[in-house]
Amino acid sequence: MPKIVAVTGNEAVAEALRQVNPDVCAAYPITPQTDIMQRFSSFAANGKVKTEMILVESEHSAMSACVGASAAGGRVITATSSQGLALMWEILWIASGDRLPIVMPLVNRALSAPINIHGDHSDGMGARDCGWIQLWSENAQEAYDNTIQAFRIAEHLDIRLPAMVCMDGFIISHSITRMEYLEDEKVKSFVGEFKTLNPLLDIEKPVSYGPLILTDYYMEYRKAHEHVMSKVPGVVKQVADEFEKMTGRKYGLFETYRLDDAEVGIVVLNSAAGTTKDVIDEYRAKGIKAGLLKPRLFRPFPYAEVGDALKHLKAVCVLDRADAFGGSFGPLFMDIASSLYIQDKKPLMFNRIYGLGGRDYMPDQAEHVLNELVETAKTGKVQSVKEYIGVRE
Amino acid sequence: MATPLSLKELSKKEDRLTSGHRMCSGCGAPTVVKMVMLATDYPVIASNATGCLEVSTCIQQFTSWNIPWIHNAFENAAATLSGVETMYRSLKKQGKIDQEIKFIAFGGDGGTYDIGLQSLSGAMERGHDMIYVCYDNGAYMNTGIQRSSATPLGADTTTCPVGSANPGKVQERKDLTRIMAAHGIPYVAQASPSNWADLMKKVRKAHEIKGPKFLNIIAPCNRGWRSKTDDAITLSRIAVDTCYWPLFEIENGVTKITYKPKEKKPLVDFLKPQGRFKHLFAPENEWLLQKAQEVVDRNWDRLLREEEFTAPKSE
Amino acid sequence: MKQKGWKELTPGAVVTEPGSSKQFKTGSWRAFKPRWIEENCIHCLFCWVYCPDMAITVKDGKRGEFNFDYCKGCGICALECPGKKGNKAIVMEEEGN
Ligand SMILES: Cc1ncc(C[n+]2csc(CCOP(=O)(O)OP(=O)(O)O)c2C)c(N)n1
Ligand code: SF4
Ligand code: SF4
Ligand code: SF4
Ligand SMILES: [Mg+2]
Repeated sequence: MPKIVAVTGNEAVAEALRQVNPDVCAAYPITPQTDIMQRFSSFAANGKVKTEMILVESEHSAMSACVGASAAGGRVITATSSQGLALMWEILWIASGDRLPIVMPLVNRALSAPINIHGDHSDGMGARDCGWIQLWSENAQEAYDNTIQAFRIAEHLDIRLPAMVCMDGFIISHSITRMEYLEDEKVKSFVGEFKTLNPLLDIEKPVSYGPLILTDYYMEYRKAHEHVMSKVPGVVKQVADEFEKMTGRKYGLFETYRLDDAEVGIVVLNSAAGTTKDVIDEYRAKGIKAGLLKPRLFRPFPYAEVGDALKHLKAVCVLDRADAFGGSFGPLFMDIASSLYIQDKKPLMFNRIYGLGGRDYMPDQAEHVLNELVETAKTGKVQSVKEYIGVRE
Repeated sequence: MATPLSLKELSKKEDRLTSGHRMCSGCGAPTVVKMVMLATDYPVIASNATGCLEVSTCIQQFTSWNIPWIHNAFENAAATLSGVETMYRSLKKQGKIDQEIKFIAFGGDGGTYDIGLQSLSGAMERGHDMIYVCYDNGAYMNTGIQRSSATPLGADTTTCPVGSANPGKVQERKDLTRIMAAHGIPYVAQASPSNWADLMKKVRKAHEIKGPKFLNIIAPCNRGWRSKTDDAITLSRIAVDTCYWPLFEIENGVTKITYKPKEKKPLVDFLKPQGRFKHLFAPENEWLLQKAQEVVDRNWDRLLREEEFTAPKSE
Repeated sequence: MKQKGWKELTPGAVVTEPGSSKQFKTGSWRAFKPRWIEENCIHCLFCWVYCPDMAITVKDGKRGEFNFDYCKGCGICALECPGKKGNKAIVMEEEGN
């Protein structure tokens, strides 16, 4: 029987990692992720996992060691946040370019400067183009479920790409909620045995990782990577279907909430979706046809499917918990705009930046945005394409 | 039984680094790697930092490695190999592997003394069972002879070029071998390809010691040193005979000089054949030439005293 | 050699054929060419151990011919060769002579 528990997001992810029981884990502390690696270290120290720990001296070395361990031929994990992810940046590209199925929870936190330990999405957004798979999670249950599914997606023989599982720092990582744990045996059989592909440790078949590839082949490798990315959504859906059969919990490329018959909609990632759904219910009660779309598979971004799900709306607001300086709009807005660009009929759109550095996202902000959406739908005019909300003048 | 350390016997072994690599003609580095590999009969897995050795030995589908090999990035050969070695331990413990495999990381001086020092220090401190081999050619050669902290005092490089206001590199070399010894790891040594038997003995010894080991090996680069294509071995021999590059080992805190030149040659014998030191022979740079000799004398003297001081007390 | 298209590449650019650089002949780099004078050779194998390009063959512990597919003509072998009674067993000559 699945177990109902009251745990934090970090605790839930650490539990998923324990149940998956990887071969190697590289660990380095950074708030708000530290807790995951501490809990996991304690599993290792108490013989609850077979995992060998590498207690590295930096995140750069954490990802470097993960690349070595994964190429060696086994299941590998680490976890990070913010500055740690930024320090790994160089090696993130190598992990994906080498096609190594490393799984890494990312507890989203703002980037310095100014230094700040709280949740926003600037870290994950900064790594969105590095060839990793990114799954984003609204709450502890989703973070737990996504972590388990991430291994299946990353290690799929048609895919072999590293995957990040994102959840909001503190808001989810440190608050206790009620959720469901699966039985150890079920997780074990769901993820299955690790399958090796060109392992370094096979000394009978020596392979070389990391050749120099110049102008005559680099582009072909990039095209091959892009092609593999295009196969990810299919595998994500297939893994989600199997997961649903086991748990009854349904996952897709994204979640829609009261969207089908909606006239206006909000697009938002991670924890803010929860608050937004509550406010949408209030507006629905008042007769306003509002809905929501929450991306789950953020990389690769399912442009066609997302565009299809949003095209019937009159107005859409994209809420971004990160800014993309100089890019004019928030990163999520740019992807949603691209998704709708390919549609013949498209809604009016605007972008609101909220919650940076862990600033609370309150129901009144959702109300403000919904009011603006209603007004936009009515007048057919966007007041202002991009604004910060919840900021003092 | 391990292959005896005779060239006759060693020549019967398969090359672990093969021909067709694209290091410059007469480069010292491939010979260093070849000797390190010849020294052991164990299966070996290697990692390699970005640099001349790496870019020239694995280009597209052409690899010169007959053993499993991984290049990750410039500064992380040690961390990368620590990951490989940890996976090996994990799978061995789980009974999925039973062979005895050895692990060697190769890095240039830039990738070791400078940008990779933290990664190296971390891997050594964690105690991974591996040998880190620095092939020291005294500059960032792959990017065109820029100064590193291993560049010798007075050398002309492309980032500390000799000019009217600069006499070449004005700082002394970082003493990385001693920094590694200060980690308290079980084995640290310096070697030279000119003394191949000494080099191979050190590699062999290192493989038999469990835990992290560090070898610093001089690897002449005719392009960066502005010398001739045939003198890599000769120059590394002079480096040893002038005590610019002493051959020694530090095993569990005991320092042993493994080769003492009968007659310590003057440093100019090492500097003269190299174009990168040409300017030192101009009258206005005499002070620098003198200083370079003083640095060598001071270090050699200290090494001699250290050997005495750390020698095990006889009963 | 026909260049491969993107669908034919190994995932992650992993090279699965060890020692494949042997297909890349570096002998064409040579400006000077070593010549072996067998009667002066004492089969010490210094040339073999010092050659950076693994271009000197040895059979049953006896020095054999150069492998000119790979020899880059650096001259290390000639410089390090002790030869017999002061007579070198390797000399360098201009390529093409
Ligand atoms: C992070 C990073 N910085 C800089 C470089 C550029 N780079 C590549 S190789 C190299 C020089 C390598 O020098 P060294 O380690 O001494 O090896 P060598 O080429 O001399 O054998 C540099 C600077 C890089 N690849 N990565
Ligand atoms: S530049 Fe120097 S180190 Fe690099 S391949 Fe040429 S000779 Fe060797
Ligand atoms: S170094 Fe000279 S003498 Fe020795 S084996 Fe080679 S050719 Fe013969
Ligand atoms: S000339 Fe150089 S490359 Fe050719 S055989 Fe002699 S040492 Fe080897
Ligand atoms: Mg160098």
